[in-house]
Amino acid sequence: MKARHKRLVIIVAGLAVLGVALTLIFNAFNSNMVFFFSPSDVQAKQAPVDRTFRLGGLVEEGSLKREDDGLTVHFMVTDNANTIPVIYTGILPDLFREGQGVVAQGKLDAGGVFKASEVLAKHDETYMPPEVADALEKAKKQTSASISE
Amino acid sequence: MAFQNSIIWLYFSSPKNFYPLAGKLIPVFAVLAVVLTVIGLYIGFFVAPTDYQQGDSYRIIFIHVPAAWMSMFIYIVMAMYAFVGLVWNIKMSEMMASAMAPTGAMFAFIALWTGALWGKPTWGAYWVWDARLTSELILLFLYIGFMSLESAIDDPRRAARASALIAVVGVVNVPIIYFSVKWWNTLHQGASVSPTMAPKMAAAMLNSMMIMVFAFWMYSIAVVLMRARNIILEREKQTTWVQELVTNKK
Repeated sequence: MKARHKRLVIIVAGLAVLGVALTLIFNAFNSNMVFFFSPSDVQAKQAPVDRTFRLGGLVEEGSLKREDDGLTVHFMVTDNANTIPVIYTGILPDLFREGQGVVAQGKLDAGGVFKASEVLAKHDETYMPPEVADALEKAKKQTSASISE
Repeated sequence: MAFQNSIIWLYFSSPKNFYPLAGKLIPVFAVLAVVLTVIGLYIGFFVAPTDYQQGDSYRIIFIHVPAAWMSMFIYIVMAMYAFVGLVWNIKMSEMMASAMAPTGAMFAFIALWTGALWGKPTWGAYWVWDARLTSELILLFLYIGFMSLESAIDDPRRAARASALIAVVGVVNVPIIYFSVKWWNTLHQGASVSPTMAPKMAAAMLNSMMIMVFAFWMYSIAVVLMRARNIILEREKQTTWVQELVTNKK
């Protein structure tokens, strides 16, 4: 065996061992790699209790209410299966709106209300001009109207 | 034919022959980089429509995504060069790897920086510790680690061998970056453009982004070749051809 073949074998074997080790580590850490929990996770008691965690989902249409101080907001976060009520005092990001993705950090209180200390907007990977979005929206309404007829 | 090709590759794996070739290629790639950047940014700023959700702030995507892609792509190529240098002891390969690191690090930094500037107005935060952002930060640290280890060891061959190990081991991070948005819940959105799905962007937006990818690609080649030429002069300074080259220029 030539020296360079030996080197190749040693390096490849080393990388293989490292790869297996990393796979195992990532499997073990998998549950900690989750950036947020969905309302269904919370309902299933998979989210941590008495500890700060992030709740992610969609802001339910028509659920946003502002208090008179102008800063405190109430809304529902949904994943279309379960919903969690959220209360937050502070400035909301520009992309926060009903029907859009949101990730809130905070704690569940005794009444099951999520008290958020930070609210982040999550947007999707679709980019299109407003006219196209309007056209799509119209088409969607027409099809749903024709289905209900 | 294959035999002839392999002869050509061997020919250019000698620093003496690679040096003039690189010198000839640099202006071509430099011009392409400038032309494509101008076209790409023109389409990005004046032709591409505003986004239905984000308005104009999405336009940073024309820098952000190409920079992020290049930071990953350059890392893979750098690791391949480092691997070839490590196994077959090819000096030119080691030099190419070390010539690529600063450019890769710069693109990783640009991706993180533009991402922060984009994240604040849209998400509401400059930085979050989600899997995509964290793994891209690790990529920047890998580049920095590669460069610092290399410059910490005086003997260039030993330096190349030690730093090559970082480069090769660090490759596992690249698929982690790429698939992080699929494997875990992240604040970062999924891929708009991927090999398996139709792009989720308007055509003008996509065109601008892809032209910018090629522009950054051309820029990277030009800059890496320039840096490789300097490294050749530095590491081969005891050879007669470099000494002749330097004295003739005076």
